[in-house]
Amino acid sequence: MAVTKRPLFDSLIVRRAIKDSFLKLAPAHMVRNPVMFVVLVGSVFTTFVLAREAIRGAPDVGFILQLTLWLWFTVLFANFAEAMAEGRGKAQADELRKTRRETQAKKLKSRDDVRNFGTVPSSSLRIGDLVLCTPGDIIPGDGEVIEGVASVDESAITGESAPVIRESGGDRSAVTGGTKVLSDQLIIRITADPGETFLDRMIALVEGASRQKTPNEIALTILLAGLTLIFLLAIATLQPLAAYSGGAVAVSILIALLVCLIPTTIGGLLSAIGIAGMDRVIQHNIIAMSGRAVEAAGDVNTLLLDKTGTITLGNRQAVEFVPLPGVRMEELADRAQLASMPDETPEGRSIVVLAKEKYGLRGRTLMDSSTSTSPTAPQPTFIPFSATTRMSGVDTDGSQLRKGAADAISQWVKQHGAEIPAQLTPAVEQIARTGGTPLVVAERTAASTRVLGVVHLKDVVKGGMKDRFDHLRTMGIRTVMITGDNPITAAAIAAEAGVDDFLAEATPEQKLELIRREQGGGRMVAMTGDGTNDAPALAQADVGLAMNTGTQAAKEAGNLIDLDSNPTKLIELVEIGKQLLITRGSLTTFSIANDVAKYFAIIPAMFAVTYPELNALNIMRLHSPNSAILSAVIFNALIIIALIPLALRGVQYRPIGAAAILRRNFIIYGIGGVIVPFIGIKLLDVILVLLHLV
Amino acid sequence: MTANGWLQIAFYSVVLLALTKPMGIYMVRVYDGSMGWLRPVERILFRFGRVDPEEDQHWTQYAAAMLIFSGVSMLLTYIVLRLQHILPLNPQKLAAVPDRQAFETAASFTTNTNWQSYAGESTMSYFSQMTQLAFHNFISAAAGVAVAVALARGIARRSAGRLGNFWADLVRGTLYVFLPISLVVALVQVQQGSIQNFLPYQEVQTLEGAKQMIAMGPIASQESIKEYGTNGGGFVNANSAHSYENPTPLTNFVQMLGIFLVSAGLTWTFGKMVKKQAHGWALWAAMYILFFAGVTTAYWAEARGNPIHAARGIDVVASAAQPGGNMEGKEVRFGIVNSALYATLTTDASCGCVNSMHDSFTPIGGMVPLVNMQMGELIFGGVGAGLYGILMMVLLTVFIAGLMVGRTPEYLGKKVESREMRMVMLYVLVFPLVILVLTGVSVVLPAGLKGLNNSGPHGLTEILYAFTSTPANNGSAFAGLTGSTYYYNTLFGFATLIGRFAMQVPMLAAAGFLAEKKIAPESAGTFPVTTPLFVVLLISVILIVGALTFFPAWSLGPIVEHLLMQAGRLF
Repeated sequence: MAVTKRPLFDSLIVRRAIKDSFLKLAPAHMVRNPVMFVVLVGSVFTTFVLAREAIRGAPDVGFILQLTLWLWFTVLFANFAEAMAEGRGKAQADELRKTRRETQAKKLKSRDDVRNFGTVPSSSLRIGDLVLCTPGDIIPGDGEVIEGVASVDESAITGESAPVIRESGGDRSAVTGGTKVLSDQLIIRITADPGETFLDRMIALVEGASRQKTPNEIALTILLAGLTLIFLLAIATLQPLAAYSGGAVAVSILIALLVCLIPTTIGGLLSAIGIAGMDRVIQHNIIAMSGRAVEAAGDVNTLLLDKTGTITLGNRQAVEFVPLPGVRMEELADRAQLASMPDETPEGRSIVVLAKEKYGLRGRTLMDSSTSTSPTAPQPTFIPFSATTRMSGVDTDGSQLRKGAADAISQWVKQHGAEIPAQLTPAVEQIARTGGTPLVVAERTAASTRVLGVVHLKDVVKGGMKDRFDHLRTMGIRTVMITGDNPITAAAIAAEAGVDDFLAEATPEQKLELIRREQGGGRMVAMTGDGTNDAPALAQADVGLAMNTGTQAAKEAGNLIDLDSNPTKLIELVEIGKQLLITRGSLTTFSIANDVAKYFAIIPAMFAVTYPELNALNIMRLHSPNSAILSAVIFNALIIIALIPLALRGVQYRPIGAAAILRRNFIIYGIGGVIVPFIGIKLLDVILVLLHLV
Repeated sequence: MTANGWLQIAFYSVVLLALTKPMGIYMVRVYDGSMGWLRPVERILFRFGRVDPEEDQHWTQYAAAMLIFSGVSMLLTYIVLRLQHILPLNPQKLAAVPDRQAFETAASFTTNTNWQSYAGESTMSYFSQMTQLAFHNFISAAAGVAVAVALARGIARRSAGRLGNFWADLVRGTLYVFLPISLVVALVQVQQGSIQNFLPYQEVQTLEGAKQMIAMGPIASQESIKEYGTNGGGFVNANSAHSYENPTPLTNFVQMLGIFLVSAGLTWTFGKMVKKQAHGWALWAAMYILFFAGVTTAYWAEARGNPIHAARGIDVVASAAQPGGNMEGKEVRFGIVNSALYATLTTDASCGCVNSMHDSFTPIGGMVPLVNMQMGELIFGGVGAGLYGILMMVLLTVFIAGLMVGRTPEYLGKKVESREMRMVMLYVLVFPLVILVLTGVSVVLPAGLKGLNNSGPHGLTEILYAFTSTPANNGSAFAGLTGSTYYYNTLFGFATLIGRFAMQVPMLAAAGFLAEKKIAPESAGTFPVTTPLFVVLLISVILIVGALTFFPAWSLGPIVEHLLMQAGRLF
């Protein structure tokens, strides 16, 4: 998806959010959030009190007015936080909607006759319809390529401008509505009805239209509702106690105390945190089918990572030349380079590069090399790799060079009547043992046929992976590498990459079995996949991140889709999930810890008339009862605004162990949560006095 | 405060610490069924009750068994109390207990509260004391431990919501834990001077020549279970201040030890059951820190005494000749430190036996017992109740703070989700609901104010204390409030029942839900529950979420009373 980076407080979003904060005052909306609903009811009640006092012409009407305003602000600030969090998603959804414009589709009667189509609007297409797409056409809906191969521009969905290849059969057959065919033509079977396409779902997800509370959010809401109820009891019963003590308290002040004590900070920011967390996932170009999946990512204990593409670079690379006795190193390097010169595979390129970097052998074109040996020689011919010969090479005039698997080359050498040197086998085995792939190089000239040596091809572990796995380990997450390699190779790469475990010669069944086993032990498993045969495992995993380049089956089985199709993102996803939970926990702790100071501000003020002696509890030395109550209420409202950036960005996450994170966050949000309001309320009190507001 | 006083507190702490593990090991073996030296007796009881002790009960069955058993035994007690005038062992020809008082007493003893709105020696026959009150002292204690063990099982294992067998736990707890301890301690009591007889009350001539009636009865045998089962109901009105109940400093020490012993041991038992001994000790540490803070405050306040006395030139400094401080309502043979310590212990644990008059403590000294109870009776707490009380707080702590490590909150490998939180919140709601609502109603209703002896903040504290002591299942009285009225008997009776069962049922439900869950293996990403930081978090949650709710009420009661006392006003 074309993700536009926006500043946190984009003016457009802010303006819309301000409007929305008022619209969100609707009781039907407010009731979903029990904490803020109580504040709303309190604000309405205080407004009535204000009206009554104003009519009566009571002396402290200015104080009640301020109190009422700040109570309303508390509600509005919470709504504003939620609207801000939604704003980013809404802006993105608007952009996506532009992509979903009505297009004309070439609907085919049958796949055999591509000339016989009728032009229909894309909205009339239904599952099973066949459409033809030619260069320049917008693909009218989600579907599966059943015929043809074409390059497709998917930037509207993924934001990636490089075109991708889509072809029938195999793992690249899925196409998405709204993308554009650049070359060739495709026959597509539509797989989604209008309104249910990937784009539609994406818009709904980004916009948060169908947002449901996640399990943890529900549990937290229960906690907050419970606490609210407890404080409601404490405040409601305070009136008879006050009456017994000789002086009832004004209801508006009771409401002020109630609003200060109930967890409004977290109550007001809770949904913003959740929406912002989902938004962060989208910023990473990942589409989460539910908030539950993001939360689950934070809980993951085991990561299953495919070796190729995730842990290692996609291809093996030459790292070493091992000449056999009697062959000079430079000679082997030279021959190997020559043999690989026309070989465009990454392995072949890496041999050329290695020879150049290590032995200063410049890359030559085949023309050059042939001219240097024999100016009149005919064109050298490239013998490409084939599954039957299992080798490749170059034929020049007078010599043939071959490189390939040890047994294939041995056979070739024997065919030409030469001996296999005894030293070859140990050299090959040595490389295999360390997890590398031995590539034997042999040369046949008119005079003789001989084995020159071995090229050591190796899987190259991506830079920085070992560190990331170490971080994951400190976070308590185990990494398991999944590979089709044999156990020896797998073990060597696993050791190099620093993963905790590996599954070698993995089949989809084994993968599924591994997930079930891990889950049976109480662990949560995350994995990535793109092929149809990954689908069962993706569905079974707690977090299944499907690649957007993958098949329809894989995308449907997973609960998240990575639009960049970068499997390494699984690790980032885990961090986003954790960050979401940490933000929630930290602000809950902060909110609850805030109460200590508020008791000390309001209780002495409340009973200033009945028991002036209670002023001993006024440890902040607040100016007057009215200033104390107002300061506490204002602090309570402003802290919501102050924490909006934190709620939207999330608490900074560091990959350290749970004990260390806990200590850090407890100090910042727990102890900080006790101290900050003491300072804040005192400051506000001073300001109120300076401004003569009390 | 004296060095001797601190030494006594330290000595008590060391002995408690030393006995925690042996007691814990013993109870592990009792509740896993491997303790077998009374197997024949067990078998007879199980056959008689047609109980299969191996049957693993679902939490609903477990809770139902507990409720039915409690209900039936409560009804039986009510009937006996109403009919005691026609039943044997009533040498004083005491009349039937009035309806509301009988209800309240039956409820109170069934719930391990032992709130007494009567004077034992002038209300209860020996028969009622022995067959009903003492019976409840044993089985309410055993039932309390049983449900705590059931919760521990729910946390420790994965068993489709099954928590063990209530009947087996009840029988085993009574047979192996409470009966043997009581037997031994009763002999110590007798040796030290407690009486044990069925004689009619004795009329004696005092040194001044006046006539005095001395109550008699089988006191020693009921004394030990009173503390070791955290019951607290005295045989006589003066409770452990009476020389027949608590004759010497040695019995005083044995009683104080008894108040905490089983609950302290249960922290070890729990650690063993969940295979995390360090976590058991972390709970012990949190409890101990709260206890120590309480006893220090109470001791300080009582040793400091009343500043008005000092201001009038009365010597309140401790010396060899006098204990100093505030000795009003305290036994001379126990002095300041043992009274403050006893008061702290008996309210930390939901025991409620007293060796001094809490009403006569200084405002701050009297606030300590009040706050102890309002924290949720989890500072070692009532037998069983203390453990499940603190575990509910642990779940709350793990939920609030657990999110901060970036995982769905997890306790000992079990995810804490909305179902559990709902039950925890129901549990946590009971205290504020009962305490604050009933106090609020009573301080404005004429019926509530009628029995009040003191005015002002002290009177408020008296009512608040009574409505705290009853749902907390403590049973200690601040006194100063005449509780034997129709109004209070009824409300106190219901308060004890709600404080027991409306908390135990959600707790068992949470246990059942936890028992359905998979146990995630521990890793570096797991919320730590054995560190000092965890102890700090747990204490913070207990104080901020649990206790601070009552801060407004304290400020109108003991806090303002203290401030007024400083200014020279008394109530």
